Amino acid sequence: MSKTFSLLPHRLSHRRVGKTTVRNMLTALVFISPWLAGFLIFTLYPAVASAYWSFCQYAAMRPPKWIGLSNYTYLVTKDHLFYTALGNTLYYAAFFIPLSTILAIGLAVLLNTRVRGISFYRALFYVPSIVPLICSAILWMWILNPQYGLANAVLRWVGLRPLGWLSSPTWSKPGLLLLGLWAGVGNPMLIYLAGLLNIPQALYEAADMDGASGLRKFWHITLPLLTPVMFFNIVTIFIATFQYFTEAYVMTASPQWGGVPGGPMDSTTFYMLVLYNNAFKYFKLGYASAMAWILLVVVLVLTLLLFRSSRTWVHYAEMEA
Amino acid sequence: MQKRSRRIVAHISLMIVGLAFALPFFWLITSSLKAKGQLFMMPPRWIPDPIMWSNYPQALTYIPFFTYLRNTIVVALFSATANTAACSLVAYGFARIRWPGRNAVFVVVIAIMMLPYAVRIIPEYVLFSKLRLVGGLGPLMWPFALCWGGEYLIFLLRQFFLTIPMELSDSARIDGCSEFGICFRIVLPLSKPALATVWIMEFIWHWNNFLRPLIYLNDQRDYTLALGLYGFLAQRQLEAEWHLLMAAAVVTTLPVIVLFLVAQRAFIQGISMTGIKG
Repeated sequence: MSKTFSLLPHRLSHRRVGKTTVRNMLTALVFISPWLAGFLIFTLYPAVASAYWSFCQYAAMRPPKWIGLSNYTYLVTKDHLFYTALGNTLYYAAFFIPLSTILAIGLAVLLNTRVRGISFYRALFYVPSIVPLICSAILWMWILNPQYGLANAVLRWVGLRPLGWLSSPTWSKPGLLLLGLWAGVGNPMLIYLAGLLNIPQALYEAADMDGASGLRKFWHITLPLLTPVMFFNIVTIFIATFQYFTEAYVMTASPQWGGVPGGPMDSTTFYMLVLYNNAFKYFKLGYASAMAWILLVVVLVLTLLLFRSSRTWVHYAEMEA
Repeated sequence: MQKRSRRIVAHISLMIVGLAFALPFFWLITSSLKAKGQLFMMPPRWIPDPIMWSNYPQALTYIPFFTYLRNTIVVALFSATANTAACSLVAYGFARIRWPGRNAVFVVVIAIMMLPYAVRIIPEYVLFSKLRLVGGLGPLMWPFALCWGGEYLIFLLRQFFLTIPMELSDSARIDGCSEFGICFRIVLPLSKPALATVWIMEFIWHWNNFLRPLIYLNDQRDYTLALGLYGFLAQRQLEAEWHLLMAAAVVTTLPVIVLFLVAQRAFIQGISMTGIKG
């Protein structure tokens, strides 16, 4: 008797929970349906299709024809542009990631001091990030003009030798890096700034009492507590850098070398540029898909390595009251 | 005393870096107002004399600027609005309704943010060409009603929706309000600032985007400003008419900067949120 009494309400409530769960599930499905449809059409299908096509010969008009690993073997063994592009992209990433990280943290630290006009400076450092890339690209082509540009005018003014910038294979990538820093530091800077504001003031006060210098406080408090944000920013920038495209496409197609992007001497032929040309200029869709998948795998592996390494350098502090 | 000296050092550094960041803008504007001959003076002439306001009408009539402008506005208005609307519903589904598997699906949403777009663009292009939509504004608009690239917006909106007390939803539910009623009458009206931020971010993205117009548009009449300006560059670079290119770039950039300045605070908050608990 007592048993049935205790079971009955339990069962009832259980069934009721099940019912609301199903109803919630259906309601939620309606709410997330736009994303779900988009995910299926614009993410899942493309990912599967491009994986399949990467094993096919697929020239736009004719249906894809299975050719096994040929695209991959050709890329890896015969396509010299593939390695040039990979090298250029790695070069750019190797400089851009540390430089932008240092600059973004530096600016965030400066913006975190209570001096007058902070909101003006914050806007000034951020605005280049929202300038249409085509506009900043055109502007920087003119800034980097070897004869009449601003960059060389400044170099001459401080007594240095003017550089060839985009017309020299040695200085073309550094030229692009300048634009990249100017136009790319805003977002990570704001995120670092938010991270800095999250660091409890009490830690600094305690360090002050121990007589720590500003540099020591930065090294032992600010930087360790900033590492989670740093990790996020580095991963984001890293993925974006591997797909560096617009600036190179716009800025490096000088009429001097026939208006084809990537010059001079392929020094600005980046990975996405080669992929774009294969896909949308030569319509070698299978070949370009193979390139896309190699990119995905490289990015994935390097991101996983970053995640792995994060255990040793990212400091997830348990904030205790 | 020490604090004060540190503040002075910070201020001086800010001024120096600030100058470096402002100089390109100055160069942009001053070049846009120079007569062609004054572009090529060394050392450069900082203040143009005379100031050539006529560069602006000249640049804008060289290209079908207003056609490009109209296309850009149509694309950016539609896509930003559609994407914001769709993503806010989705974010609601993740933030305000409890359902099994919710967190797992949300992890997928986050993971997609890291997926290189390279693996998507080719099949997407094939899809649109089979639908005979290549060569028109369609591919720049319709996918955004299905949250194309909206994972980031979903994340931001979800964070915001989570801050609204659940008690509001509960009491409305007791009063017999449906989930849609709660969404449209309570949660969304309370989230106007977040929705506005997301809309502006998205609008600016569409205004600035270069790759999608480059892939999908063939006819000059369909060009957006970003692509139109690229065509203008290809056309004018040989003549070295940088003053006209700069003028066109100023006009293209101005709306974005105005929009940013209007919504600065909300905008900066939105960006800052992405890094925390990312």
